[in-house]
Amino acid sequence: MSTLTAAPEGAPVTDKLRLHGNKLPAFALPVIAVVSVGVSLLLYFATPMDSEIQILLLSLLLFAAGQTIASSLIEGGRRARDRFATTLLIGAFLLAMVPLVAVLVTVISKGAARFDYDFFTHSMRGVSARDHGGGAYAAIIGTLEQIALASLIAVPFGVLVSIYLVEYGRGRISRTISFFVDVLTGLPSIIAGLFIYAFYLIVLGAPQTGFAGSLALIILMIPTVVRSSEEMLKLVPNELREASFALGVERWRTILKVVIPTALPGIVTGVMLAIARVAGETAPLLLTIFGNDSINNDPFSGHQSALPLYIFTEAQKPQSWAVDRAWSAALTLIIIVMLLNLIARFIARRTKV
Amino acid sequence: MATRIDIQGLNVFYGKFKAVAGVNLAIEPKNVTAFIGPSGCGKSTVLRTLNRMHEVIPGASVEGKVLLDGEDLYGAGVDPVNVRRQVGMVFQRPNPFPTMSIYENVVAGLKLNGTRKKSLLDTRVEESLRGANLWEEVKDRLGRPGAGLSGGQQQRLCIARAIAVEPQVLLMDEPCSALDPISTLAIEDLIAKLKSSYTIVIVTHNMQQASRVSDATAFFSLEATGQPGKLIEYDKTTKIFTSPTEKRTEDYISGRFG
Amino acid sequence: MTTEPAAQTAGSAPSEPGGTGGGESPPSTSTSTGPRSKAKVSFADATFKNVTRLCGFLLLALMAAIALFLVLKATDALGDNKANFFTTETWFPNESGNPRFGIAALLFGTVVTAAVAMIIAVPVAVGIALYITNYAPRRVGDALGYIVDLLAAVPSVIYGLWGLAILAPHMNGTQLWLSQYLPWFPWTPLGGAILGLAFGLIRRAAPTGSSSVGTPITLGVVLGVVVSLIAGIADAPDDIGIFSTPSGQVGRSIFVAGIVLAIMVLPIVAAISREVFKQVPIAHKEAAFALGATRWEMIRTAVLPYGKPGVISASMLGLGRAMGETIAVALVLPASFGISVHFLEPAGNTIAANIANGFGDSNDTGRGALIASGLVLFIVTMLVNIAARAIIARRAEFSGAAS
Ligand SMILES: Nc1ncnc2c1ncn2[C@@H]1O[C@H](COP(=O)(O)OP(=O)(O)OP(=O)(O)O)[C@@H](O)[C@H]1O
Ligand SMILES: [Mg+2]
Repeated sequence: MSTLTAAPEGAPVTDKLRLHGNKLPAFALPVIAVVSVGVSLLLYFATPMDSEIQILLLSLLLFAAGQTIASSLIEGGRRARDRFATTLLIGAFLLAMVPLVAVLVTVISKGAARFDYDFFTHSMRGVSARDHGGGAYAAIIGTLEQIALASLIAVPFGVLVSIYLVEYGRGRISRTISFFVDVLTGLPSIIAGLFIYAFYLIVLGAPQTGFAGSLALIILMIPTVVRSSEEMLKLVPNELREASFALGVERWRTILKVVIPTALPGIVTGVMLAIARVAGETAPLLLTIFGNDSINNDPFSGHQSALPLYIFTEAQKPQSWAVDRAWSAALTLIIIVMLLNLIARFIARRTKV
Repeated sequence: MATRIDIQGLNVFYGKFKAVAGVNLAIEPKNVTAFIGPSGCGKSTVLRTLNRMHEVIPGASVEGKVLLDGEDLYGAGVDPVNVRRQVGMVFQRPNPFPTMSIYENVVAGLKLNGTRKKSLLDTRVEESLRGANLWEEVKDRLGRPGAGLSGGQQQRLCIARAIAVEPQVLLMDEPCSALDPISTLAIEDLIAKLKSSYTIVIVTHNMQQASRVSDATAFFSLEATGQPGKLIEYDKTTKIFTSPTEKRTEDYISGRFG
Repeated sequence: MTTEPAAQTAGSAPSEPGGTGGGESPPSTSTSTGPRSKAKVSFADATFKNVTRLCGFLLLALMAAIALFLVLKATDALGDNKANFFTTETWFPNESGNPRFGIAALLFGTVVTAAVAMIIAVPVAVGIALYITNYAPRRVGDALGYIVDLLAAVPSVIYGLWGLAILAPHMNGTQLWLSQYLPWFPWTPLGGAILGLAFGLIRRAAPTGSSSVGTPITLGVVLGVVVSLIAGIADAPDDIGIFSTPSGQVGRSIFVAGIVLAIMVLPIVAAISREVFKQVPIAHKEAAFALGATRWEMIRTAVLPYGKPGVISASMLGLGRAMGETIAVALVLPASFGISVHFLEPAGNTIAANIANGFGDSNDTGRGALIASGLVLFIVTMLVNIAARAIIARRAEFSGAAS
């Protein structure tokens, strides 16, 4: 169909359009890599560096530099910059994964030491500094109760606020509320504890109980719940609302019967993530629940313990078994938080289709 | 300036799926060549292989040759970045960079190529915007966001951005399909004007547009969905629209397709 | 169709960057559903609306109460304070009859640890997010994104425990190396940067010059680092830089605390940045590629400018977390007072950590003093938050929302 102006095979290409770019030869990168590692090792033995991380860092830097210089000589500045950025990004990624994965690995390996039957069935009552035993039963109970109480209040409250913002709110009031939701999102958790201390414990004269801790957690949960369920409500198509109105259904029924059910999976996901976040909060509990070595099943009277607080106190004790307990508690806490996250993700995934 | 394009034995794959098979096509320099055909027949796919833009899509691959003035785009040592510098592209939806002003949008490509001199950039901005028939409309607000223009103006801004780097070839994938008739007319006028300096390939669903703006027309089609698209007929536009050789071409053009 | 409701409600949600700088937002059409909104509102309807509104007001009341009670409890202690609260570096609020305490050292520690954390975490987090969204193959990217999300959920007390038990001992070598070989850091690189900037500006002013100042600045910084290295190798006098250690000791320092915080906020910032970069329209990326951009240039022209407001707010969230982080810092820092610019020496404290450490054994004035310090923290984090919003709003005109 088309008469081809066939370029003769193998003819020297003129490249007047400059389509070709010089490329680093294939052997260049391995050579640069080997040289970088070699130089780093040399420096490692010559100067007093004593950490493997430093060799890694130095090799990476040398590799990036060597590659960039070679590339800018052969391929030109733009390719060199591209290569440099690529190396740096991958390097940043690998480098960041080292400590993050190390945290997880350490928690799992160290946590395994006391991750036993005793740990989950005993409290710290009567466990003296030299005792090897003791467990986190009281702390786990405390955490579960405090989280449950906090969710019971924070979730409906947060969802109602988000309904107001999405379905009714407009103008200055809703803008103000929205602004302060953001401010609350950034509220340091210890401030929530201080506030409950200053208001609930001092001014109202209430005692330190698990419930006081829940109150502090509520403050931290609310903004997360509001924000996530607000996002979800916004995603509900307007046609659904209008279809419902058109059938003569009142607005409040429409919201409860049409809008919320549609957004529910998303809202539940957000709630799970909010719970997961406050489950690990330590600072506000420090000021509000006091901690308790014994088992106290009643969040409304008497001091209670909680897992994060337990980790904090045990970690600061000098004995090695106390630190072991801290690691096991950390492992427990991570498992709880991860489970909540996985459930949240599962719900989100299943309903997304 | 301006360059001829020879497509030889082109097959395009998305992963394992063969989207286009066996395309041979010679596109004349300083001509407007239109790609027409039913949806899904691979017009955009072929167009994108002309500046290796398909490589942006993960899994896409190409067999065959695309010669730009005799030089294979897919030859060893060819850098796609250099290719795109010579073969510019305008997309279906106007896509000026939303964070940039009109001025910055036009000079974006030049800056990539290392042009930093203010005076030079200023001249190129005016030239390109004039070239895109947009200068008079925007000369007083070059510092305003490009996204603040009307759709048609945005598309002309995108054309200005593409021609600012002085390519040889301009590829346009349904450049008017998101625009109103007036803006469409403005773009068509522009294409007629740009033809004197660029080789232009345009994909369009609009038969009138193809017959209005193009010198040659390539008709693509496919037997059935899931089958690869093929080039059915390629000829002078007047020929295609008055006396096509292929029955299928005639059916499509007269609206009897499918 | 799916974008319709989101686009409409955006008008009623002031948090959207699209709301043009402070002006009145357009009347929301999504919620008032036209003519029947005014018609006949039943009692149940009105009640429901009022309940939700009440919750909204309660939230405002809560916010006001937090501010009010912190101020209330703080003022008593501040009244008793025999020292200047803003300039005093020590913390003795529990001495009856003579409480003396000040925020200076604590605020310094808070700001510096958070700054160290942000300087390390933000570039790395953005790098991770870019790698996941623009470099890694789709599957790998999804898996990595998932891991980052999970890491963002790890409670801070666990990072603290890890920092105390694992990281702090391992950091001694690195800290010694830094104090030995980069004694003039960061002054020499900073000086280099300034010289580079000056040079670049002069070159730009020249009629034929280039408008780029990035290259001379980079060169200046590299040169500065080299000068500092040479000074270190030559054993030059070294009590000026932040890595120098006049006491000869390194340990659980502000630097280590900053690194623990960096590791803690890194997944948070990375997770949000990833979401932001995922939103960059493919059209903009293709536009950049079609102009002949390399991958990195595509990121610079299309991805980074588009994602900038999102990354800024992610960073501010991270900064807020870092400044407010209590437990991780309380576990790592030795809780000493005083302002020192030698960041590798075992010293330092932050507002939040001080509250956690001191609350148990404080008397009334002591707790009031801690609440006062908490109030300062509250105000600082709020300012950070507002600053972030201002930055985002200022850029709203040029954001994707404008199109
Ligand atoms: N990114 C992609 N991944 C996988 N397959 C694709 C992709 N893009 C296009 N295809 C497939 O390739 C074939 C050709 O698509 P193409 O977009 O080139 O058609 P087109 O002729 O441009 O259609 P239209 O007129 O609708 O734009 C179609 O079967 C399409 O499903
Ligand atoms: Mg197409």
